[in-house]
Amino acid sequence: MMAAHNSTFAELPPPAAPPVPVAVVEEHPDVALVARAKAGDTSAFEQLVKQYDRQIFRTANHITQNREDAEDITQDVFFKAFQKLEQFKGDSKFSTWLVRIAVNESLMRLRKRKTSKTVSMDQDVETDEGSIPRDFAEWRPNPEQIYSQSELGDILRKTIGGLPPGFRTVFTLRDIENLSTEETAEALGLSVPAVKSRLLRARLQLRERLSRYFRQKTEATK
Amino acid sequence: MNCTDFLAKLTDFFDGNIESELMAEVSEHLGHCRHCEVVVDTTRHTIDIYRGNEIYEFPDELSQRLRSAVMARCEGVKPAPAQAEGAESVGAAGSLR
Ligand SMILES: [Zn+2]
Repeated sequence: MMAAHNSTFAELPPPAAPPVPVAVVEEHPDVALVARAKAGDTSAFEQLVKQYDRQIFRTANHITQNREDAEDITQDVFFKAFQKLEQFKGDSKFSTWLVRIAVNESLMRLRKRKTSKTVSMDQDVETDEGSIPRDFAEWRPNPEQIYSQSELGDILRKTIGGLPPGFRTVFTLRDIENLSTEETAEALGLSVPAVKSRLLRARLQLRERLSRYFRQKTEATK
Repeated sequence: MNCTDFLAKLTDFFDGNIESELMAEVSEHLGHCRHCEVVVDTTRHTIDIYRGNEIYEFPDELSQRLRSAVMARCEGVKPAPAQAEGAESVGAAGSLR
């Protein structure tokens, strides 16, 4: 019966709640999960893995540019996090803490790989290529509508993969994973000005390269 | 303010980190420099397009496989308290399989 059913929920707020609950306003739910995990509740830890595996995989994949490495790193990150859980004091977000571990693992992987293309975080500052804008064409309003999802994915992967590791790492943390400049600096052991300068170059280089694909046809290109 | 000065402030500009005095100069430059206006626009698109597209596939199957592997490794290291063994299935993790 509806009447009886309604009265059960009498003390709840009116049913005008937003359709999709997204915002996390008060205490972050991770705090409770981490506390439970620390107390030995593995299902709580598993929940954290579930929440952040995509983000960790994405970060590792961006930095290493290698899918298999990213899979290994994702496993290692969560395993290390589990082992070091006691060290997590909660002065940063749990996700930021995980990302920091992921960055370390990924950079270590990159250094181990030592291919000729691999540059250290310090070296690649030297390159200025693409940091000075040359392409001033406007973009088509929605590149997503001009290319298929898979073509667009190829373009975006190829373009970010072509950046020096130090640049794409900063771009990934700041612009894709939404870390603050300070958090990014901390994760990478760089100064804030160094992060800012890399971010600028990364953004400008990506912009320059994407412009080749997305530029609007002008009289000149006809 | 010329284009080079403007570019040097681009990151702060995007981050909304520019003091009002400087902001006046920035706006003034943007108001008459078509090139910098395009750079701002297309840089913003660049960021948005990377944010809006998941470029590395992460299928559920992979997520589950990695998670099982992680949990197996964790169990090996730090066995949960004895009584947690049976209680685990009522955890908040949701049913996976
Ligand atoms: Zn200009």
